[in-house]
Amino acid sequence: MLQAWVIVLASLAYLGILFAIAWYADRRADTGRSLIANPVVYALSLGVYCTTWTYYGSVGRAAANGIGFLPIYLGPTLLFALAGFVLHKMIRVAKANRITSIADFVASRYGKSQLLGGMVTVIAVVGVIPYIALQLKAVSNSFAILTSYPQIIMPATAGAVPILQDSALYVAMILAVFTILFGTRHLDATERHEGMVAAIAVESMVKLIAFLAVGIFVVWGMHDGVGDIFARAATVPEVARRLATADSPAAYGTWGTLVFLSLFAALLLPRQFQIAVVENVDVSHLRRAVWMFPFYLFLINLFVLPVALAGLLHFPAGTVDADTFVLTLPMAHQHEALALFVYIGGLSAATGMVIVETIALSTMVCNDLVMPLLLRLRWLGLAARADLSGLLLEIRRWAIAIILGLGYLYFRVAGEAYALVSIGLISFAAVAQFAPVVIGGLFWKGGTRDGALAGLAGGFALWTYTLLLPSFAKSGWLPDGFIAHGLFGIELLRPQHLFGLSGLDEITHCLVWSLLVNLGAYIGVSLQRVPNVREARQATLFVGGTEAAASPNWRGSAGVTDLLPLAGRFLGRERAEEAFSRHAQQRGLRSLHELPADARLVSFAETLLAGAIGSASARAMVASVVTEEPLGLDEVMNILDEASQVRAYTRELEQKSLELTRATTDLREANARLRELDRMKDDFISSVTHELRTPLTSIRAFSEMLHEDPKIDLPQRTRFLGIIVSEAVRLSRLINQILDLAKLESGRAEWTVAAVDVGEVIREAAESLTVLFAEKHVALEFDVKEQGLTVVADRDRLMQVMVNLLSNALKFVPTDSGRVKVGAGATANEVRVSVTDNGPGIQAEDQEVIFDKFRQGSATTDVLTDKPQGTGLGLPISRQIIEYFNGRLWVESTPGAGARFVFTLPRQAGDNESVPQGDARLQSTGPGEGAHNKLSRGVA
Amino acid sequence: MSHRILIVDDEPNIVVSLEYLMKKEGFQIAVATDGESALRTATEFLPDLVLLDVMMPKKSGFEVCEAIRADPKLGAVKIIMLTAKGRETEIVKGMALGADAYITKPFSTKELVIKIKSLLA
Repeated sequence: MLQAWVIVLASLAYLGILFAIAWYADRRADTGRSLIANPVVYALSLGVYCTTWTYYGSVGRAAANGIGFLPIYLGPTLLFALAGFVLHKMIRVAKANRITSIADFVASRYGKSQLLGGMVTVIAVVGVIPYIALQLKAVSNSFAILTSYPQIIMPATAGAVPILQDSALYVAMILAVFTILFGTRHLDATERHEGMVAAIAVESMVKLIAFLAVGIFVVWGMHDGVGDIFARAATVPEVARRLATADSPAAYGTWGTLVFLSLFAALLLPRQFQIAVVENVDVSHLRRAVWMFPFYLFLINLFVLPVALAGLLHFPAGTVDADTFVLTLPMAHQHEALALFVYIGGLSAATGMVIVETIALSTMVCNDLVMPLLLRLRWLGLAARADLSGLLLEIRRWAIAIILGLGYLYFRVAGEAYALVSIGLISFAAVAQFAPVVIGGLFWKGGTRDGALAGLAGGFALWTYTLLLPSFAKSGWLPDGFIAHGLFGIELLRPQHLFGLSGLDEITHCLVWSLLVNLGAYIGVSLQRVPNVREARQATLFVGGTEAAASPNWRGSAGVTDLLPLAGRFLGRERAEEAFSRHAQQRGLRSLHELPADARLVSFAETLLAGAIGSASARAMVASVVTEEPLGLDEVMNILDEASQVRAYTRELEQKSLELTRATTDLREANARLRELDRMKDDFISSVTHELRTPLTSIRAFSEMLHEDPKIDLPQRTRFLGIIVSEAVRLSRLINQILDLAKLESGRAEWTVAAVDVGEVIREAAESLTVLFAEKHVALEFDVKEQGLTVVADRDRLMQVMVNLLSNALKFVPTDSGRVKVGAGATANEVRVSVTDNGPGIQAEDQEVIFDKFRQGSATTDVLTDKPQGTGLGLPISRQIIEYFNGRLWVESTPGAGARFVFTLPRQAGDNESVPQGDARLQSTGPGEGAHNKLSRGVA
Repeated sequence: MSHRILIVDDEPNIVVSLEYLMKKEGFQIAVATDGESALRTATEFLPDLVLLDVMMPKKSGFEVCEAIRADPKLGAVKIIMLTAKGRETEIVKGMALGADAYITKPFSTKELVIKIKSLLA
């Protein structure tokens, strides 16, 4: 019953049904009632991930490695379950920028580079062709096996069959025709294929149901449930071994590699990108898909292990290829209908993959490879041709045919050397090369076009060398020695043990090297320079998300009269007019002719075109009609300059604001200090005024009285004149002291610095006051050492201090019983002088106050009815002088028990005996020089 | 009957000059050289007018002025503040505390006498 014509007819009928579904879905889409705008359809269409590789190959791999088939599905499961946000971002970005393919995505991200788009296309085509070959192999094998029914005969190797009798050739041709019918019936402005997606969703259902049917038949038809199969398998040691998991470190490594590879494959394979990103109707569908798609993978893997074990148990070892168990088990039990259904399921898996993959690839080839080249060839006159939409379709059709042709070629050349799974993994490893530029492009703004080119080129080269070429060599297409001994016989260059790296399986080995080089080059080269204006803009759009996409990035403008014909050439006149009218409506205009010639219109046209011919080509085409001043180097520099200025300015502003805050605090403090100083100055002036006015008051009063009344008697007159004289003396002394203090405080005082014998100074000062002491009958005692009292100071100033202290003491001791004692001695470092009196003493709180200007201790007036004589400036001046020479001046006193004023001065080093008096003023040599120099700054 | 005048100042020479001036005008005189004794003397001597220095030890002229104004027995006493500090705020403060006049040192003897007479008239 299962003659060839039945199978062919069933196949064609099935494809016909699919086509009808696609046609119906397209019709529905045109009338605005989309069939596929539904998360379930989206999730099912993602099932295109499961090809014949899954359908037939999983069982084959399970028969060889037990559960080693699983990582291929764990990867996508992890991707959807854990990294949905990556997909989400990818979809949003792709929609906002009308991305048509993975090549377009990469090209657009790195500044709409045509070169980059072309390179991604080449890698994708080269990388995916083995995968397509795999589908052809599977379909033709299953066809061959089915036609030999009821016998079970493994088909001859591909190369052995004459080409015209090779069913794979016809499968390839039929699929090409079918794909062309599906994918290139018309050039859609949105570059979405609703019919195709609907058909793919149906196919996903068919292959799932077919596989589940086989599984149910095997488990419950042939055996008594899963337990039965496993129990039987356990009894056969050969089979039981398959149930073990990875049993060597390398096997664990392989698991990791496969999970990693399949994770990226589910994202980056052209067909996956097409279905998951480009064909996505609504990004919210992803929410349901993140669990539905993994669930689909779970279901389709549910019976893999039972079927594999059943096949191993049923067929004698080596007679039947495990890849065909799904088909051969029903055949062996004479279930023709089930076998045919299984075959149809396999056909589903293959056609689904081939259709989507080739459509995606043909779009890439057309938009990113052929069109940019053709548009450059001026002699073709393409740029001037009125309608290019036909040409675009033509290119895509040819691309589909050629890609399938190449797939067939690979199948003929290399197909037999590998099992299904291995061929698939070669493709996976190729598309994994996109991972750095795509993921990096979505999350890192620093990536540049050059970095992306370098990364892709490096990764692709290593992939070719370590994986693709060996696959040719194993097929006998290249000499065997290439694998065993390396290129030119250099051991280090052995493609599967590059630079001596061993212990890994070939896929892991390839992946380690290619991704290492890829990632290194991508990051390394990107860091060589900052992104240029265009890259930076795209980086903002991709990394920053869609929000940034709002601003039009054209600086020039073009009118409807230019843009409409341009769009019409690629989309067809009607479609273009329709789109422009819609745009006009959105902007609240009545017709497309009212559209203003502005940057927004240009951006709209570019996006519209990007949907048809890719972003890089669209930019080039629009640029040809837009009257935009060419973006010269100067302008780029200007833009960059502006951008960096703005950045610098922002940084500067932040800096400034910080500085301002600091400055404000500083100012506030300074202001407070100034206020304090101002208050002190006011107080000082007020005090000075008071002190000056007081003697002046007496002088004026007495002068006036004497002046007005000449008849004042003589004693009175003498007394008054005496007062006037003494107050005038007081006044001039006060003025001198104020000036003196002002000089000291401002540092303008003149100093004559030399070695001074303090003992000498004391004696001289005492001598000058002898008369005053005698008048008051006050005893002056000395306890002054003879030697070692030499300091470096100003002799006159020191005398001033000494006189001040002595006259202060004299002032406060009682007449007759008063006693003042002067002491002087030296320690190792300093000379210490004290003046002790038996006056009333100074209260503790006044002991510092008396050194303030115009502040005389209140206690000092206790015993005297008079206000103390003096200006209140003597002690402050003395302290200034002593401190100038690095000494200290203070008072020790117990009220009622006298006071003791003490000052210290640093002793001149090396002073052992008193300095010869005559030389004292000039002597400044020897160890004292340092101090001399330091102090001499004050010398005029 | 001659008026009684209390002179309060801590500068001996100024006291001497004021004493001489007032005696010459025929006033009865009492002298105090600090704030506390000024208050004491005021309550005993009951002057008609006080010549009050501001900057004094123990109690400032402002405090003395305040205390006199607070004492009902001294209700009618005229107060002339004398100060060497000529700042506006001091004058305002003195007047606010109840002084009748404010004279800045050094003063004109003629004007001081005229001021005293006009206050006592």
